[in-house]
Amino acid sequence: MNNSSEKDYFESLISLEYTHTAGSATTRFLEAVAEGKIVGQKCPKCSAVYVPPRGSCPRDGVPTSEEVTLTDRGCVESFTVVHIPIPGNPIEPPFVSAMIRLDGANISFLHLIQEIPVEEIRIGMRVEAVWKPQEEWTTSLENIKWFKPTGEPDIKPESLIFKPK
Amino acid sequence: MIPAAVIGVGQTKYDSKRRDVSMPGLIREAIDRALIQAGVDWDDIDAVILGKAPDMFEGVMMPELFLADSIGAYNKPLLRVHTAGSVGGSTAIMAATHITSGQYKCVLTVSFEKQSESNATWALSPKYPYTPHINAGAGGYFAPYMREYIRRSGAPEHIGWQVAVKDRQNANLNPLAHLQIPGIDLEMVKSTPMLWEPLRYLESCPSSDGACALIIAAKDIAKGKNAAWIKGMSVRSEGTLSAGRDEVNPLAGQMCAKDVYAQAGIDNPLKEIDCAEIYVPFSWYEPMWLENLGFADKNKGWEFTDQGRTELSGDIPFNMSGGVLSSNPIGASGMIRFGEAALQVMGEAGEHQVDNAKVAMGHAYGGAAQFFAMWVVGKEI
Ligand SMILES: [Zn+2]
Repeated sequence: MNNSSEKDYFESLISLEYTHTAGSATTRFLEAVAEGKIVGQKCPKCSAVYVPPRGSCPRDGVPTSEEVTLTDRGCVESFTVVHIPIPGNPIEPPFVSAMIRLDGANISFLHLIQEIPVEEIRIGMRVEAVWKPQEEWTTSLENIKWFKPTGEPDIKPESLIFKPK
Repeated sequence: MIPAAVIGVGQTKYDSKRRDVSMPGLIREAIDRALIQAGVDWDDIDAVILGKAPDMFEGVMMPELFLADSIGAYNKPLLRVHTAGSVGGSTAIMAATHITSGQYKCVLTVSFEKQSESNATWALSPKYPYTPHINAGAGGYFAPYMREYIRRSGAPEHIGWQVAVKDRQNANLNPLAHLQIPGIDLEMVKSTPMLWEPLRYLESCPSSDGACALIIAAKDIAKGKNAAWIKGMSVRSEGTLSAGRDEVNPLAGQMCAKDVYAQAGIDNPLKEIDCAEIYVPFSWYEPMWLENLGFADKNKGWEFTDQGRTELSGDIPFNMSGGVLSSNPIGASGMIRFGEAALQVMGEAGEHQVDNAKVAMGHAYGGAAQFFAMWVVGKEI
């Protein structure tokens, strides 16, 4: 082994800039989010509702052409409290990263939960979106700052199990 | 299926920073050891199959290009495989299919990661507009599924600590393991900082440099050698963002195991498999995979851990080598599981050998738990 005090390597910093083509389904989703609305898409075969939509149902391999408008309310499917700082992460730990299942959707997406003590968050808790001021809206799901509890009774986690039609 | 056997397993010493070797040097360390154990030389190798996790983990695009000469692929077929964290397993299977198909007689397969050369957590966290930039790392991604497992099964919190202790006790018997923690116990694990609830620091895998190589051969080369015969092997995937997906007990994992057991003629994995090297990067995946792979009934996997059944002396030892929790060069981690399973049935596992192991399982999963690779190897052809 080399003496660890000797510098026997070089540093090469890489910076990557990407242009991401979102595709028609995700473009539609992002355009709606820019107006404060959430749209998903429904599978014509199994009736699964995807949000954000990717344009197809992985279960059936068919396009999800029917658009569905969803509310910005739902529940916590599961969550974690993140305590460690990660390079490049703009959010200060500890914070709550949760799988949010919107009402009427059959998949969840990750988002933040705030306005509640961390130890009171639970699977099945009802939540609603807290939006940024309208003048800050862009084509990004970050238009929603975080989700907060609605105060409604919890849902049963088993009710989230998908039953294909 | 034409019989195929592992006749050589080569592993590097796993460590957080292997600055004493370059990337090719690290890989050659594993390859040379595999060739020596197999008793074959470069002239015997028909093809080289290389696996590693995303290129951004080291910032070297298509490393198979510059590695081709140092891994002995000169004028030979060279293929690179990628299936995220399961890649070490699926690479071994892609290599073995070149023997079972009758295409080649002897192949070298190797996988590696040199995590110290960049930051894997950063590499896994690009910014997309359709999801907020939460960037919580792999543990942050998988922790909600562990919480959901705990909710469903009612498992007590000490189960995670027990897995963390057991795998590190095993690692203390494996001189190649990255983490060597003498005196590891429950108190030590639970006193470490919480990273991603319910996971504490010592319930998570380290970030390692390392490589693992296997020599896989047909019968006429393997006969007369100490060999681990491949009884069944399979890969499966599932849609990451599919409705009805259950990440706590993934269907693709169940299907993959079922396929492997059918090929191997196994009806009852708990009774017929002597030990298993299973991909457990976070403590709670031991009980989750005990159930997913059919060793335990649904929601009962944690009882196996609690009763010590997965310990080295238990009836279904899991991760005798210390597992991913003790060494995690990501691209190699699956192949280490497959190679360690082979070493067990070859009787070459050293201090972490399970007495009289005749049938062993190797397992890997990757990505957002949507890629699975598994094999079962046996002492007898
Ligand atoms: Zn469908």
